[in-house]
Amino acid sequence: MATREAVAPRPGDPAITPELVAEHGLSPEEYEKIVEIVGREPTYTELGVFSALWSEHCGYKNSKPLLRRLPTEAPWVLQGPGENAGVIELGDGYAVAFKIESHNHPSAVEPYQGAATGVGGILRDVFTMGARPIAVLDSLRFGSLSSPRVRYLFSGVVKGIGDYGNCVGIPNIGGEVYFDEAYEGNPLVNAMAIGLMRTEELIRGEASGPGNPILAVGARTGRDGIHGATFASEELTEESDAKRPQVQVGDPFTEKLLLEASLELIRSGHIVGIQDMGAAGLASSSSEMAARSGTGVDIDTSLVPVREANMTPYEILLSESQERMLVVAKAGHEQEVVRILEKWELEAAVIGHVTDDGMYRVRENGVVVCEIPGEQLVKCPTYVREARESEAVKKLRAWKPGEAEYARADQDPAGVLKRLLGSPNIASRHWIYDQYDTTVRTNTVVAPGGDAGVLRVRNTKRGIAATVDCNGRYVYLNPKRGAMIAVAEAARNIVCVGARPRAITNNLNFGNPLKPEVYYQMREAVSGMAEACTAFETPVTGGNVSLYNENPSGAIYPTPTIGMVGVLDDVERHVTSYFKNEGDVILLLGESRDELGGSEYLKVEFDTVAGDAPQIDLAAEKRLQDAVVEMANASVLASAHDVSDGGLAVALVEAAICHPHGPRGADLDLSDDLPTASLLFGESQGRIVVSSAPGNAEKVEDIARRHGVPVRRIGTVGAAGGRFRLATPNRQIDADTADLADIYQNTIPRIMSAGAIEQG
Amino acid sequence: MRAAIVTFPGSNCDYDCYKALTDVIGAEAYFVWHREHDLKNPDLVILPGGFSYGDYLRAGAIARFSPIMTETIEFARAGGLVMGICNGFQVLCESHLLPGALVKNESLKFVGRSVYCRVENTETPFTSEYREGQVVKYHVAHGMGNYVADPETLDMLEADRRVVFRYCDANGNVTPEANPNGAARNIAGIINEAGNVLGLMPHPERSMEALLGSTDGVPLFDSIRRCIDERAGVGAGAA
Repeated sequence: MATREAVAPRPGDPAITPELVAEHGLSPEEYEKIVEIVGREPTYTELGVFSALWSEHCGYKNSKPLLRRLPTEAPWVLQGPGENAGVIELGDGYAVAFKIESHNHPSAVEPYQGAATGVGGILRDVFTMGARPIAVLDSLRFGSLSSPRVRYLFSGVVKGIGDYGNCVGIPNIGGEVYFDEAYEGNPLVNAMAIGLMRTEELIRGEASGPGNPILAVGARTGRDGIHGATFASEELTEESDAKRPQVQVGDPFTEKLLLEASLELIRSGHIVGIQDMGAAGLASSSSEMAARSGTGVDIDTSLVPVREANMTPYEILLSESQERMLVVAKAGHEQEVVRILEKWELEAAVIGHVTDDGMYRVRENGVVVCEIPGEQLVKCPTYVREARESEAVKKLRAWKPGEAEYARADQDPAGVLKRLLGSPNIASRHWIYDQYDTTVRTNTVVAPGGDAGVLRVRNTKRGIAATVDCNGRYVYLNPKRGAMIAVAEAARNIVCVGARPRAITNNLNFGNPLKPEVYYQMREAVSGMAEACTAFETPVTGGNVSLYNENPSGAIYPTPTIGMVGVLDDVERHVTSYFKNEGDVILLLGESRDELGGSEYLKVEFDTVAGDAPQIDLAAEKRLQDAVVEMANASVLASAHDVSDGGLAVALVEAAICHPHGPRGADLDLSDDLPTASLLFGESQGRIVVSSAPGNAEKVEDIARRHGVPVRRIGTVGAAGGRFRLATPNRQIDADTADLADIYQNTIPRIMSAGAIEQG
Repeated sequence: MRAAIVTFPGSNCDYDCYKALTDVIGAEAYFVWHREHDLKNPDLVILPGGFSYGDYLRAGAIARFSPIMTETIEFARAGGLVMGICNGFQVLCESHLLPGALVKNESLKFVGRSVYCRVENTETPFTSEYREGQVVKYHVAHGMGNYVADPETLDMLEADRRVVFRYCDANGNVTPEANPNGAARNIAGIINEAGNVLGLMPHPERSMEALLGSTDGVPLFDSIRRCIDERAGVGAGAA
């Protein structure tokens, strides 16, 4: 056992009271445990450190037992959960690091900085693994766009993501956004980053080698973001706006310097470990690095470069000032490390060293103010909570559409189609990604707007595909099935560009886990995700949990966002989503069913969110994925596009109108014996619309049949500027593609330029 | 051809220029850190895109005081070829190697998308491999690309055929809709009086490979090589 130094309360620190403990988000039982661990009453500094590391954000206290169910292994996984980012093997000596992270709470009160620093943090997670960031994606949720406050949040978040990534020079290659009242007041901002490295450059966040010096690198430490991790682990209330000072301020220029300096440091061989000072700042980075290596640390906060005078150890440890890194150098190599950082005009200071006694020890001017057995500190107590499905949701799920719901599509199929194309949940997102640099670094093969983003990998023939997906409405109505669908949709998007799905990172956005109905959603969603990931051989390599996403009127839709990465062996064979040439054959893979539950059709036409989520057959999805990858590799596809929100009719219009040189016509004949509403606008899973040159259509059919995937020819591609004609057994749609394109392309820009934007 | 690519803190298109020159054009290229004072005898100096000094104060306003700018200005005054792309264009204007200024986009938003440009003058070292009036597809990615100058300067630029690229639609029509940032008279790129310094907002270095959607940037770099070869007396056939 290590020798313990005398730790006395620091003069000026508040006394430890039950109220103070509660304010730190710790229960009386947890406090008892802390007393047991430190063997006395904790100091104020120690209480702060425990509070941060035992928050949901850092400690996964309510989610860890559930997360154990997720598959995490495959031969190509080089690094699973527990590190700064997951890593998979790409081939040809390259590896891909990737991770998704939320910045929901900060973005709810300060959208621009909240979102910007979300991008900054996830980029650091990737480059601290030794990988150069090559792409970002974003998954966003907001309330209804009819609200001026929502428009303020939406435009601020998009500008924040753009300004940060654009400045650092990382292309945005995809994303998703939904608008629904369920996210009013509690938007979701999940950012994903992807990095590329040579396999041998992989480095981990470790503090090994007793005696090795620990350096604080990059921006100075200020008072911003103190208790951000704890703030992220509580519900948003009317008073949350007062927590704006807890939102950090980002500086992408420093980030860019930090990125270049970190990669140079890692390649220099002068360091043993590096980690972002992200959530819970110095406290979590130093304790997590030590825990991974089974070592201790001894750091002195008076050596940390600060930007404000008179900061206490408590503040320095918990500050979430951005663009800072913790580096463990090899003893004797400090000067080389500092020289590299100076070249990039960055500051570095030795603040302590690695020890062999396993103690997490912090000093102020040499006086010990915090001493905690490190292993205990990072072992946050975990809980299995009470789970009970909400009766209201059960009732909603049992709901079946009636005559009125079916009749609307029969009465006015073209009108419904246009209204769906004009729904902010379906309309083109170019208003967003036109504010992002999507082509910097000159690797972008498929930019945002396709089913998945695609990057080429220089010096190889390979490509990387990535997407983010989750339909929260489905998860709300049926958590297990909804989570399966999220994984399946991500995989369909990946195969639609010709890539093979490889692994996922997940962002579990839920409400308050202490509410049994929320915990039920978490439990069921994670188990559905686990089943789907196992079926598709796409293990989980890491992610983020964001709980307490609630506003005064209740929890958000449960939103377990899936960030999926796929690999193309030959990037020249990538496939895009839009129809190409007049006369090409249009085919439907998969089967349509009579299901309307949770559809955008019900929401737009009847303001109804009810019914069961669509059925999902994981084995059939896997067959579909394999078939489409084989078609892409055989170069028999002209286009491939996943059928999702808005159903088959919307997918067909999108494929027709999204050609970069203007809309293409289409002549379609859907002969299924289904109600018009389900046939055109139902959201049955497992469907992909493909097109191929007439000479290749038979090959497409052969491959589909060999994989046991239902396939049928449903039409032909028309001329540039031609009409969109779609016949069902008893209805006709005949529309001008220019009109359809105008609705699709201009809905969001019109809303954003017409409506006031108010901070509210 | 030897190209020096100046890297400022915050440059982020330096690598793209390097790959365009070395992988596609087959030229020699190297980076010069902004604090250096030696361009190492190049044929061409590129000021790349990015956010030098985070665009703090004003895009390009701090970079113009970087040590290497002294040599860059000398090089330009001696007739050396200098090309500033995006942030590099902003630095050239701030350094008074080019007239006018680049201010915030009219939309007040960053704009990142592909645009069409019309080649207005092919009698420059940068455009000789294009056809007069050729419509090219480039990417833009900037928050401050709105070119402004007083009317006399704009008239002078047009009269002297110093407007080299103008935003247009796919058919070459110069329309307000085709203008991504509100630039005066749809100006995308201009040249100095001596004809050896080009500044442009679009990124020709991103339009070098069919896989990435456009090869319309290739003739620009080929033009530069041809000019350099001709100056060296190699003759036009060598391009």
